[in-house]
Amino acid sequence: MLTIAETAAAAVAPVHDGACVMIGGFGVAGQPVELIDALIDNGATDLTVVSNNAGNGDVGLATLIQLGRVRKIICSFPRQSDSWHFDEKYRAGQIELEVVPQGNLAERIRAAGAGIGAFFTPTGYGTPLAEGKEVRKLDGRHQVLEYSIHADFSLTKALRADRVGNLVYRKTARNFGPVMAAAATHSIVQVDEVVERGALDPEAVVTPGIYVDTVVRVDHPRQQDSREEGAA
Amino acid sequence: MSVPQSSDHPLSPEELAEVVARDIPAGAYVNLGIGQPTLVSNYLGPEDDVTLHTENGMLGMGGEAHGDEVDPDLINAGKIPVVETEGCSYFHHADSFAMMRGGHLDCCVLGAFQVDRHGNLANWHTGKPDAIPAVGGAMDLATGAKQTFVMMTLKSKNGQSKLVERCTMPLTGVGCVSRVYTDLGVFVVEGGRIVVRETFGVGYDELVEQLDVTLTPGR
Repeated sequence: MLTIAETAAAAVAPVHDGACVMIGGFGVAGQPVELIDALIDNGATDLTVVSNNAGNGDVGLATLIQLGRVRKIICSFPRQSDSWHFDEKYRAGQIELEVVPQGNLAERIRAAGAGIGAFFTPTGYGTPLAEGKEVRKLDGRHQVLEYSIHADFSLTKALRADRVGNLVYRKTARNFGPVMAAAATHSIVQVDEVVERGALDPEAVVTPGIYVDTVVRVDHPRQQDSREEGAA
Repeated sequence: MSVPQSSDHPLSPEELAEVVARDIPAGAYVNLGIGQPTLVSNYLGPEDDVTLHTENGMLGMGGEAHGDEVDPDLINAGKIPVVETEGCSYFHHADSFAMMRGGHLDCCVLGAFQVDRHGNLANWHTGKPDAIPAVGGAMDLATGAKQTFVMMTLKSKNGQSKLVERCTMPLTGVGCVSRVYTDLGVFVVEGGRIVVRETFGVGYDELVEQLDVTLTPGR
């Protein structure tokens, strides 16, 4: 049953201390800025965050980290030219980091949404990121056991939702949105626009409403400048 | 066998990008890594019919966006705004990496800290204790693409060869590199040997003397 929240604050109100929260976005494209701001105001702490990056500048996830609300982050690319809040917490030993190859991150999230407990993949074999993990030779290649990543909540951004929660996205802002919505027990999505049932072309729906629990409309979403140096 | 010296000077990154572009087969699906490899796209024309993949969810990526074209929702893996090409498509992150990990990309071009004669690649972590590890999509690309090309300067800033007998830095992928394009020459990695295809601005014999790694003259 879809809830259409009145405000971002209401949308993230269920997020509690100790929760595992997935946050969509690749850099700033698809980043649910208003939902993250609402999470900052919500006060939930001791969070585990799953996100591709570890925050940029002095906003959003970077602020959440700066405030000491994130116990652990699971991501592929924490180090960026403007990830100073993460860098500082990490060097001070105040945040736990699990670095995951980006494809493993996406697939571990996808697997959780698809009810798959774990899978074997060649990615990472023979590298420090596979140390201590089970390896099997399958199809003539060494493959590493990787477990799925579930979350209690996901915060993502889409372009448009209808009143049953079907979603469409915009260009490369789609990134982690669909898989995170499926992998979270409670998925929360901010959208630019909510349209009536039947107003989305069913052939064009990217995330079917079954994966979506809460939608909130954000009229004029803020977006940072996407230009950064050497970041992946 | 004699190794051709194809240029009287070491190649600039732009000249090297053109050499790499010439070796990408027509019709290929290709991922260009962040940094120097991005330059390769400048030397791929419509007649090459190469489709560029970017891991944040797009096939048919165009060049860098300027002015009014800039759209914060349309960026490449380096988070630089880009444009669409006709026939492009968007997909989510797990699909994007599935096409990479599933062996559907013909080729990727990556930068490197070290490559060894077994085709092992080190390009994500210097191994220094104070470095914050960040891997991005490098391991998936190196392992998943049908062919992994490396594009780099042959020597590090302190003059050491980045082609080595065995990588000393943390690995990105095992036995994945098939060719190495550098300012001083092009190398084919096969069967535990580093075969020199051509050199730039230096003769083969001189290059052998400069490098602390066993080279084999090729073709």
